[in-house]
Amino acid sequence: MIGQAVALASEVPFPPEVGDFYLPSIVPWGGLNSLWFTKITALVWLSTAIIIVFFLLAYRKPKLVPGKAQWIAESSYGFVRNNIAVEMLGARGVRFAPYFTTLLLFIVFNNLWSIVPIAQISPNSHIAFPAFLALISYVLFNYVGIKKFGFRKYMRNSLIPPAPWFVLPILIPIEFFSTFLVRPFSLAVRLFANMFAGHMLLLVFTLGGFAMLNATPALAPISVLSWLMTIALTLLELLVVFLQAYVFTVLTASYIQGAVSEEH
Amino acid sequence: MILSAAVEHSPILPLWQEIVVGGVAFAVLCFVLMKFVFPRMEETFKARVDAIEGGLKRAEEAQSEANKLLEQYRAQLAEARTDAAKIRDDARADAEEIRQEIQVRAREESERIIAAGREQLNAERQQIVRELRAEVGTLAVDLAGRIVGESLTDEARRRGTVDRFLSELESTGSR
Repeated sequence: MIGQAVALASEVPFPPEVGDFYLPSIVPWGGLNSLWFTKITALVWLSTAIIIVFFLLAYRKPKLVPGKAQWIAESSYGFVRNNIAVEMLGARGVRFAPYFTTLLLFIVFNNLWSIVPIAQISPNSHIAFPAFLALISYVLFNYVGIKKFGFRKYMRNSLIPPAPWFVLPILIPIEFFSTFLVRPFSLAVRLFANMFAGHMLLLVFTLGGFAMLNATPALAPISVLSWLMTIALTLLELLVVFLQAYVFTVLTASYIQGAVSEEH
Repeated sequence: MILSAAVEHSPILPLWQEIVVGGVAFAVLCFVLMKFVFPRMEETFKARVDAIEGGLKRAEEAQSEANKLLEQYRAQLAEARTDAAKIRDDARADAEEIRQEIQVRAREESERIIAAGREQLNAERQQIVRELRAEVGTLAVDLAGRIVGESLTDEARRRGTVDRFLSELESTGSR
Protein backbone atom coordinates (compact mmCIF):
# COMPACT_ATOMS: atom_id res chain seq x y z
CA MET A 1 0.00 0.00 0.00
CA ILE A 2 2.61 2.46 1.07
CA GLY A 3 4.64 1.44 -1.92
CA GLN A 4 1.63 2.02 -4.12
CA ALA A 5 0.86 5.41 -2.63
CA VAL A 6 4.46 6.50 -3.12
CA ALA A 7 4.36 5.20 -6.63
CA LEU A 8 1.16 7.10 -7.39
CA ALA A 9 2.64 10.32 -6.12
CA SER A 10 5.75 10.10 -8.20
CA GLU A 11 5.30 8.11 -11.34
CA VAL A 12 2.60 5.63 -12.11
CA PRO A 13 3.80 2.18 -13.15
CA PHE A 14 1.73 1.05 -16.05
CA PRO A 15 0.60 -1.54 -17.00
CA PRO A 16 0.16 -3.40 -13.69
CA GLU A 17 2.03 -6.66 -13.28
CA VAL A 18 1.77 -9.90 -11.35
CA GLY A 19 4.27 -8.44 -8.93
CA ASP A 20 1.60 -5.97 -7.82
CA PHE A 21 -0.17 -8.87 -6.13
CA TYR A 22 2.80 -9.60 -3.90
CA LEU A 23 3.20 -6.76 -1.51
CA PRO A 24 6.06 -6.39 0.94
CA SER A 25 5.93 -7.93 4.33
CA ILE A 26 4.35 -5.83 7.08
CA VAL A 27 6.37 -7.27 9.91
CA PRO A 28 9.57 -8.36 8.22
CA TRP A 29 10.83 -11.19 10.29
CA GLY A 30 13.43 -12.71 8.06
CA GLY A 31 13.45 -9.84 5.64
CA LEU A 32 11.02 -7.72 3.69
CA ASN A 33 10.01 -10.60 1.50
CA SER A 34 8.98 -12.88 4.35
CA LEU A 35 5.55 -14.24 3.56
CA TRP A 36 4.29 -14.93 7.05
CA PHE A 37 2.82 -11.54 7.80
CA THR A 38 1.91 -9.66 4.67
CA LYS A 39 -1.14 -7.62 3.79
CA ILE A 40 -2.69 -10.77 2.38
CA THR A 41 -2.28 -12.87 5.49
CA ALA A 42 -3.30 -9.93 7.65
CA LEU A 43 -6.54 -9.69 5.69
CA VAL A 44 -7.14 -13.42 6.10
CA TRP A 45 -6.72 -13.15 9.85
CA LEU A 46 -8.88 -10.05 9.91
CA SER A 47 -11.76 -11.63 8.01
CA THR A 48 -11.54 -14.72 10.21
CA ALA A 49 -11.64 -12.54 13.30
CA ILE A 50 -14.55 -10.48 12.00
CA ILE A 51 -16.62 -13.56 11.26
CA ILE A 52 -15.86 -15.19 14.60
CA VAL A 53 -16.54 -12.05 16.62
CA PHE A 54 -19.74 -11.28 14.77
CA PHE A 55 -21.17 -14.75 15.10
CA LEU A 56 -20.17 -15.18 18.72
CA LEU A 57 -21.67 -11.81 19.63
CA ALA A 58 -24.80 -12.30 17.56
CA TYR A 59 -25.33 -15.76 19.01
CA ARG A 60 -24.34 -15.08 22.56
CA LYS A 61 -27.90 -15.26 23.79
CA PRO A 62 -30.08 -16.68 21.04
CA LYS A 63 -33.75 -15.87 21.37
CA LEU A 64 -36.77 -17.46 19.77
CA VAL A 65 -37.70 -14.09 18.34
CA PRO A 66 -34.36 -12.92 16.97
CA GLY A 67 -32.88 -9.43 17.11
CA LYS A 68 -31.23 -7.88 14.09
CA ALA A 69 -27.76 -9.38 14.53
CA GLN A 70 -29.12 -12.77 15.42
CA TRP A 71 -31.41 -12.61 12.44
CA ILE A 72 -28.53 -11.82 10.07
CA ALA A 73 -26.42 -14.62 11.54
CA GLU A 74 -29.32 -17.03 11.32
CA SER A 75 -30.27 -16.13 7.79
CA SER A 76 -26.72 -16.72 6.54
CA TYR A 77 -26.76 -20.17 8.05
CA GLY A 78 -30.38 -20.78 7.12
CA PHE A 79 -29.72 -19.77 3.52
CA VAL A 80 -26.85 -22.24 3.09
CA ARG A 81 -28.65 -24.90 5.08
CA ASN A 82 -31.93 -24.77 3.18
CA ASN A 83 -30.98 -23.43 -0.24
CA ILE A 84 -27.72 -25.31 -0.75
CA ALA A 85 -27.32 -28.22 1.67
CA VAL A 86 -30.89 -29.49 1.95
CA GLU A 87 -31.78 -28.48 -1.59
CA MET A 88 -28.98 -30.55 -3.08
CA LEU A 89 -28.45 -33.31 -0.55
CA GLY A 90 -31.86 -33.71 1.02
CA ALA A 91 -32.20 -34.40 4.71
CA ARG A 92 -28.64 -35.68 5.01
CA GLY A 93 -27.46 -32.25 3.84
CA VAL A 94 -28.15 -30.79 7.27
CA ARG A 95 -25.02 -32.61 8.47
CA PHE A 96 -22.91 -30.65 5.96
CA ALA A 97 -24.62 -27.29 6.41
CA PRO A 98 -22.22 -26.01 9.12
CA TYR A 99 -19.19 -26.70 6.94
CA PHE A 100 -20.80 -25.20 3.84
CA THR A 101 -21.74 -22.07 5.75
CA THR A 102 -18.26 -21.68 7.16
CA LEU A 103 -16.82 -22.17 3.69
CA LEU A 104 -19.18 -19.62 2.14
CA LEU A 105 -18.54 -17.05 4.84
CA PHE A 106 -14.78 -17.50 4.64
CA ILE A 107 -14.80 -17.01 0.87
CA VAL A 108 -17.25 -14.10 0.92
CA PHE A 109 -15.37 -12.15 3.57
CA ASN A 110 -12.00 -12.77 1.97
CA ASN A 111 -13.40 -11.86 -1.44
CA LEU A 112 -14.94 -8.69 -0.08
CA TRP A 113 -11.51 -7.24 0.64
CA SER A 114 -11.14 -6.80 -3.10
CA ILE A 115 -13.51 -3.83 -2.98
CA VAL A 116 -13.03 -2.58 0.56
CA PRO A 117 -11.18 0.73 0.35
CA ILE A 118 -7.57 0.66 1.60
CA ALA A 119 -7.52 -3.15 1.46
CA GLN A 120 -8.66 -3.53 -2.13
CA ILE A 121 -7.07 -6.87 -2.76
CA SER A 122 -8.60 -10.22 -1.98
CA PRO A 123 -6.50 -12.96 -0.39
CA ASN A 124 -8.29 -15.27 -2.79
CA SER A 125 -6.35 -13.65 -5.62
CA HIS A 126 -3.46 -15.69 -4.27
CA ILE A 127 -4.08 -19.24 -5.36
CA ALA A 128 -2.87 -20.69 -2.07
CA PHE A 129 -6.20 -20.00 -0.37
CA PRO A 130 -8.59 -21.25 -3.07
CA ALA A 131 -6.31 -24.24 -3.58
CA PHE A 132 -6.43 -25.10 0.09
CA LEU A 133 -10.24 -24.83 0.18
CA ALA A 134 -10.57 -26.87 -3.00
CA LEU A 135 -8.35 -29.54 -1.50
CA ILE A 136 -10.66 -29.77 1.52
CA SER A 137 -13.69 -30.11 -0.78
CA TYR A 138 -11.87 -32.77 -2.79
CA VAL A 139 -10.97 -34.80 0.28
CA LEU A 140 -14.43 -34.28 1.72
CA PHE A 141 -16.44 -35.57 -1.22
CA ASN A 142 -14.17 -38.55 -1.76
CA TYR A 143 -14.19 -39.36 1.94
CA VAL A 144 -17.99 -39.17 2.11
CA GLY A 145 -18.35 -41.37 -0.97
CA ILE A 146 -15.85 -44.00 0.21
CA LYS A 147 -17.38 -44.02 3.66
CA LYS A 148 -20.81 -44.67 2.24
CA PHE A 149 -20.00 -47.28 -0.42
CA GLY A 150 -16.54 -48.57 0.37
CA PHE A 151 -13.62 -47.86 -1.91
CA ARG A 152 -14.41 -50.37 -4.69
CA LYS A 153 -18.09 -49.57 -5.04
CA TYR A 154 -17.41 -45.84 -4.82
CA MET A 155 -14.88 -46.08 -7.63
CA ARG A 156 -17.29 -48.15 -9.67
CA ASN A 157 -20.07 -45.59 -9.10
CA SER A 158 -17.80 -42.73 -9.99
CA LEU A 159 -15.97 -44.19 -12.95
CA ILE A 160 -18.39 -46.47 -14.73
CA PRO A 161 -21.34 -44.65 -16.16
CA PRO A 162 -24.33 -46.63 -17.39
CA ALA A 163 -23.28 -46.89 -21.02
CA PRO A 164 -22.75 -49.64 -23.59
CA TRP A 165 -19.60 -51.64 -22.85
CA PHE A 166 -17.78 -50.59 -26.00
CA VAL A 167 -17.68 -46.90 -25.05
CA LEU A 168 -16.44 -47.60 -21.56
CA PRO A 169 -12.75 -47.64 -22.58
CA ILE A 170 -13.20 -44.03 -23.59
CA LEU A 171 -15.61 -43.00 -20.85
CA ILE A 172 -13.70 -44.35 -17.86
CA PRO A 173 -10.57 -42.25 -18.45
CA ILE A 174 -12.75 -39.23 -19.13
CA GLU A 175 -14.69 -39.79 -15.93
CA PHE A 176 -11.49 -40.29 -13.97
CA PHE A 177 -9.98 -37.18 -15.45
CA SER A 178 -13.03 -35.00 -14.82
CA THR A 179 -13.89 -36.31 -11.36
CA PHE A 180 -10.54 -36.83 -9.74
CA LEU A 181 -8.20 -34.48 -11.54
CA VAL A 182 -10.11 -31.55 -12.97
CA ARG A 183 -12.57 -30.96 -10.15
CA PRO A 184 -10.23 -29.65 -7.44
CA PHE A 185 -8.19 -27.77 -9.99
CA SER A 186 -11.17 -26.04 -11.60
CA LEU A 187 -12.67 -25.27 -8.22
CA ALA A 188 -9.50 -23.52 -7.09
CA VAL A 189 -8.70 -21.80 -10.36
CA ARG A 190 -12.24 -20.48 -10.87
CA LEU A 191 -12.20 -18.59 -7.60
CA PHE A 192 -8.58 -17.53 -7.86
CA ALA A 193 -8.87 -16.32 -11.45
CA ASN A 194 -12.01 -14.32 -10.74
CA MET A 195 -10.45 -12.48 -7.84
CA PHE A 196 -7.14 -12.09 -9.64
CA ALA A 197 -8.79 -10.70 -12.74
CA GLY A 198 -11.03 -8.44 -10.69
CA HIS A 199 -8.06 -6.91 -8.94
CA MET A 200 -6.18 -6.62 -12.20
CA LEU A 201 -9.09 -4.82 -13.86
CA LEU A 202 -9.41 -2.34 -11.03
CA LEU A 203 -5.66 -1.73 -11.18
CA VAL A 204 -5.74 -1.22 -14.93
CA PHE A 205 -8.50 1.35 -14.84
CA THR A 206 -7.29 3.17 -11.75
CA LEU A 207 -3.63 3.30 -12.71
CA GLY A 208 -4.53 3.84 -16.34
CA GLY A 209 -6.32 7.05 -15.38
CA PHE A 210 -3.21 8.31 -13.62
CA ALA A 211 -0.97 7.18 -16.44
CA MET A 212 -2.96 9.15 -19.01
CA LEU A 213 -3.14 12.19 -16.78
CA ASN A 214 0.62 12.08 -16.31
CA ALA A 215 1.26 11.62 -20.00
CA THR A 216 -0.61 14.75 -21.01
CA PRO A 217 -3.28 16.87 -19.23
CA ALA A 218 -5.30 16.78 -22.43
CA LEU A 219 -6.28 13.23 -21.61
CA ALA A 220 -7.91 14.29 -18.32
CA PRO A 221 -11.50 13.61 -19.49
CA ILE A 222 -10.53 10.08 -20.47
CA SER A 223 -8.87 9.66 -17.09
CA VAL A 224 -12.15 10.57 -15.46
CA LEU A 225 -13.92 8.08 -17.67
CA SER A 226 -11.39 5.49 -16.66
CA TRP A 227 -12.05 6.16 -12.98
CA LEU A 228 -15.80 5.97 -13.54
CA MET A 229 -15.15 2.58 -15.06
CA THR A 230 -13.35 1.69 -11.85
CA ILE A 231 -16.47 2.48 -9.89
CA ALA A 232 -18.64 0.44 -12.24
CA LEU A 233 -16.20 -2.45 -12.08
CA THR A 234 -16.20 -2.25 -8.30
CA LEU A 235 -19.96 -2.82 -8.38
CA LEU A 236 -19.43 -5.70 -10.77
CA GLU A 237 -16.79 -7.03 -8.41
CA LEU A 238 -19.34 -6.94 -5.58
CA LEU A 239 -21.51 -9.28 -7.60
CA VAL A 240 -18.56 -11.53 -8.40
CA VAL A 241 -17.59 -11.66 -4.73
CA PHE A 242 -20.88 -13.27 -3.75
CA LEU A 243 -21.37 -15.23 -6.92
CA GLN A 244 -18.00 -16.98 -6.73
CA ALA A 245 -18.43 -17.82 -3.06
CA TYR A 246 -21.86 -19.24 -3.86
CA VAL A 247 -20.54 -21.20 -6.84
CA PHE A 248 -17.70 -22.67 -4.81
CA THR A 249 -20.09 -23.83 -2.10
CA VAL A 250 -22.70 -25.15 -4.50
CA LEU A 251 -20.10 -27.10 -6.45
CA THR A 252 -18.75 -28.63 -3.27
CA ALA A 253 -22.28 -29.66 -2.34
CA SER A 254 -22.84 -31.00 -5.83
CA TYR A 255 -19.66 -33.10 -5.68
CA ILE A 256 -20.78 -34.57 -2.38
CA GLN A 257 -24.19 -35.24 -3.88
CA GLY A 258 -22.54 -37.06 -6.77
CA ALA A 259 -20.41 -39.07 -4.38
CA VAL A 260 -23.30 -40.30 -2.24
CA SER A 261 -25.90 -40.92 -4.93
CA GLU A 262 -26.44 -44.51 -6.04
CA GLU A 263 -26.48 -43.97 -9.77
CA HIS A 264 -23.90 -42.05 -11.56
CA MET B 1 5.66 -2.96 -4.85
CA ILE B 2 9.02 -1.69 -5.73
CA LEU B 3 10.49 -3.86 -3.02
CA SER B 4 8.43 -6.89 -3.91
CA ALA B 5 9.46 -6.67 -7.49
CA ALA B 6 12.75 -8.09 -6.33
CA VAL B 7 11.09 -11.47 -5.81
CA GLU B 8 9.04 -12.87 -8.65
CA HIS B 9 6.14 -15.15 -7.82
CA SER B 10 4.19 -17.18 -10.26
CA PRO B 11 0.50 -16.43 -9.64
CA ILE B 12 -0.58 -20.03 -10.15
CA LEU B 13 1.91 -21.57 -7.76
CA PRO B 14 0.65 -21.48 -4.20
CA LEU B 15 2.98 -20.12 -1.55
CA TRP B 16 3.25 -22.68 1.20
CA GLN B 17 3.35 -20.04 3.91
CA GLU B 18 -0.02 -18.76 2.72
CA ILE B 19 -1.41 -22.27 2.64
CA VAL B 20 -0.41 -22.67 6.26
CA VAL B 21 -1.87 -19.31 7.26
CA GLY B 22 -5.07 -19.91 5.32
CA GLY B 23 -5.36 -23.43 6.67
CA VAL B 24 -4.92 -22.36 10.26
CA ALA B 25 -7.30 -19.43 9.91
CA PHE B 26 -9.90 -21.59 8.22
CA ALA B 27 -9.49 -24.34 10.79
CA VAL B 28 -9.98 -21.86 13.62
CA LEU B 29 -13.04 -20.49 11.87
CA CYS B 30 -14.46 -23.96 11.31
CA PHE B 31 -13.81 -24.93 14.89
CA VAL B 32 -15.51 -21.89 16.40
CA LEU B 33 -18.48 -21.72 14.06
CA MET B 34 -19.16 -25.43 13.79
CA LYS B 35 -18.76 -26.06 17.49
CA PHE B 36 -20.25 -23.00 19.14
CA VAL B 37 -22.52 -21.29 16.67
CA PHE B 38 -24.24 -23.50 14.11
CA PRO B 39 -25.29 -26.33 16.45
CA ARG B 40 -26.91 -23.70 18.62
CA MET B 41 -28.66 -22.30 15.58
CA GLU B 42 -30.04 -25.75 14.84
CA GLU B 43 -31.25 -25.89 18.42
CA THR B 44 -32.85 -22.49 18.09
CA PHE B 45 -34.54 -23.53 14.86
CA LYS B 46 -35.83 -26.64 16.56
CA ALA B 47 -36.99 -24.68 19.60
CA ARG B 48 -38.74 -22.26 17.29
CA VAL B 49 -40.49 -25.05 15.44
CA ASP B 50 -41.43 -26.59 18.77
CA ALA B 51 -42.77 -23.29 20.02
CA ILE B 52 -44.88 -22.82 16.92
CA GLU B 53 -46.07 -26.40 16.84
CA GLY B 54 -46.69 -26.32 20.60
CA GLY B 55 -48.75 -23.18 20.15
CA LEU B 56 -50.72 -24.80 17.37
CA LYS B 57 -51.21 -27.90 19.46
CA ARG B 58 -52.38 -25.88 22.43
CA ALA B 59 -54.81 -23.96 20.24
CA GLU B 60 -56.05 -27.24 18.83
CA GLU B 61 -56.58 -28.61 22.31
CA ALA B 62 -58.44 -25.50 23.39
CA GLN B 63 -60.56 -25.75 20.27
CA SER B 64 -61.44 -29.38 20.88
CA GLU B 65 -62.19 -28.57 24.51
CA ALA B 66 -64.50 -25.78 23.41
CA ASN B 67 -66.15 -28.09 20.90
CA LYS B 68 -66.67 -30.70 23.57
CA LEU B 69 -68.26 -28.14 25.90
CA LEU B 70 -70.47 -26.88 23.11
CA GLU B 71 -71.55 -30.42 22.35
CA GLN B 72 -72.26 -30.96 26.02
CA TYR B 73 -74.32 -27.79 26.25
CA ARG B 74 -76.23 -28.74 23.17
CA ALA B 75 -76.98 -32.16 24.61
CA GLN B 76 -78.10 -30.58 27.86
CA LEU B 77 -80.25 -28.10 26.02
CA ALA B 78 -81.86 -30.85 23.96
CA GLU B 79 -82.46 -32.83 27.12
CA ALA B 80 -84.04 -29.82 28.79
CA ARG B 81 -86.22 -29.31 25.77
CA THR B 82 -87.36 -32.91 25.81
CA ASP B 83 -88.05 -32.62 29.52
CA ALA B 84 -90.06 -29.48 29.02
CA ALA B 85 -92.03 -31.09 26.21
CA LYS B 86 -92.65 -34.10 28.37
CA ILE B 87 -93.79 -31.94 31.25
CA ARG B 88 -96.09 -30.01 28.96
CA ASP B 89 -97.54 -33.20 27.58
CA ASP B 90 -98.02 -34.56 31.05
CA ALA B 91 -99.72 -31.39 32.16
CA ARG B 92 -101.94 -31.47 29.13
CA ALA B 93 -102.83 -35.09 29.79
CA ASP B 94 -103.48 -34.31 33.43
CA ALA B 95 -105.70 -31.40 32.54
CA GLU B 96 -107.63 -33.55 30.09
CA GLU B 97 -108.06 -36.24 32.69
CA ILE B 98 -109.19 -33.75 35.26
CA ARG B 99 -111.63 -32.24 32.81
CA GLN B 100 -113.07 -35.66 31.99
CA GLU B 101 -113.34 -36.51 35.61
CA ILE B 102 -115.12 -33.28 36.39
CA GLN B 103 -117.47 -33.84 33.48
CA VAL B 104 -118.25 -37.33 34.62
CA ARG B 105 -118.80 -36.18 38.14
CA ALA B 106 -121.01 -33.30 37.01
CA ARG B 107 -123.05 -35.61 34.84
CA GLU B 108 -123.48 -38.02 37.69
CA GLU B 109 -124.45 -35.19 39.97
CA SER B 110 -126.96 -33.83 37.55
CA GLU B 111 -128.40 -37.28 36.97
CA ARG B 112 -128.58 -37.80 40.65
CA ILE B 113 -130.37 -34.49 41.12
CA ILE B 114 -132.75 -35.23 38.29
CA ALA B 115 -133.44 -38.68 39.67
CA ALA B 116 -134.04 -37.29 43.12
CA GLY B 117 -136.40 -34.66 41.72
CA ARG B 118 -138.22 -37.25 39.73
CA GLU B 119 -138.61 -39.45 42.75
CA GLN B 120 -139.85 -36.61 44.84
CA LEU B 121 -142.24 -35.62 42.14
CA ASN B 122 -143.53 -39.16 41.96
CA ALA B 123 -143.98 -39.36 45.68
CA GLU B 124 -145.80 -36.08 45.72
CA ARG B 125 -147.95 -37.20 42.85
CA GLN B 126 -148.79 -40.43 44.63
CA GLN B 127 -149.66 -38.48 47.70
CA ILE B 128 -151.75 -36.02 45.76
CA VAL B 129 -153.46 -38.87 43.96
CA ARG B 130 -154.16 -40.55 47.25
CA GLU B 131 -155.50 -37.35 48.80
CA LEU B 132 -157.49 -36.51 45.71
CA ARG B 133 -158.93 -39.96 45.57
CA ALA B 134 -160.23 -39.62 49.15
CA GLU B 135 -161.45 -36.13 48.59
CA VAL B 136 -163.03 -36.82 45.19
CA GLY B 137 -164.86 -39.79 46.72
CA THR B 138 -166.18 -37.71 49.53
CA LEU B 139 -167.13 -34.91 47.21
CA ALA B 140 -168.81 -37.23 44.73
CA VAL B 141 -170.81 -38.96 47.46
CA ASP B 142 -171.78 -35.63 48.98
CA LEU B 143 -172.81 -34.38 45.61
CA ALA B 144 -174.73 -37.53 44.73
CA GLY B 145 -176.42 -37.50 48.15
CA ARG B 146 -177.49 -33.96 47.63
CA ILE B 147 -178.83 -34.74 44.23
CA VAL B 148 -180.58 -37.94 45.25
CA GLY B 149 -181.63 -36.39 48.47
CA GLU B 150 -180.75 -39.04 50.74
CA SER B 151 -177.70 -39.95 52.52
CA LEU B 152 -175.94 -42.39 50.47
CA THR B 153 -172.86 -41.96 52.39
CA ASP B 154 -173.03 -45.00 54.59
CA GLU B 155 -174.48 -47.14 51.83
CA ALA B 156 -171.85 -46.11 49.39
CA ARG B 157 -169.21 -46.71 51.83
CA ARG B 158 -170.65 -50.03 52.61
CA ARG B 159 -170.75 -51.24 49.13
CA GLY B 160 -167.46 -49.64 47.98
CA THR B 161 -169.24 -48.05 45.08
CA VAL B 162 -167.06 -45.04 44.91
CA ASP B 163 -163.90 -47.03 44.90
CA ARG B 164 -165.14 -49.31 42.20
CA PHE B 165 -166.19 -46.39 40.11
CA LEU B 166 -162.90 -44.69 40.49
CA SER B 167 -161.06 -47.89 39.62
CA GLU B 168 -163.11 -48.25 36.50
CA LEU B 169 -162.45 -44.65 35.70
CA GLU B 170 -158.77 -45.13 36.12
CA SER B 171 -158.67 -48.24 34.04
CA THR B 172 -160.55 -46.53 31.23
CA GLY B 173 -158.36 -43.44 31.62
CA SER B 174 -155.21 -45.46 31.40
CA ARG B 175 -156.36 -47.22 28.31
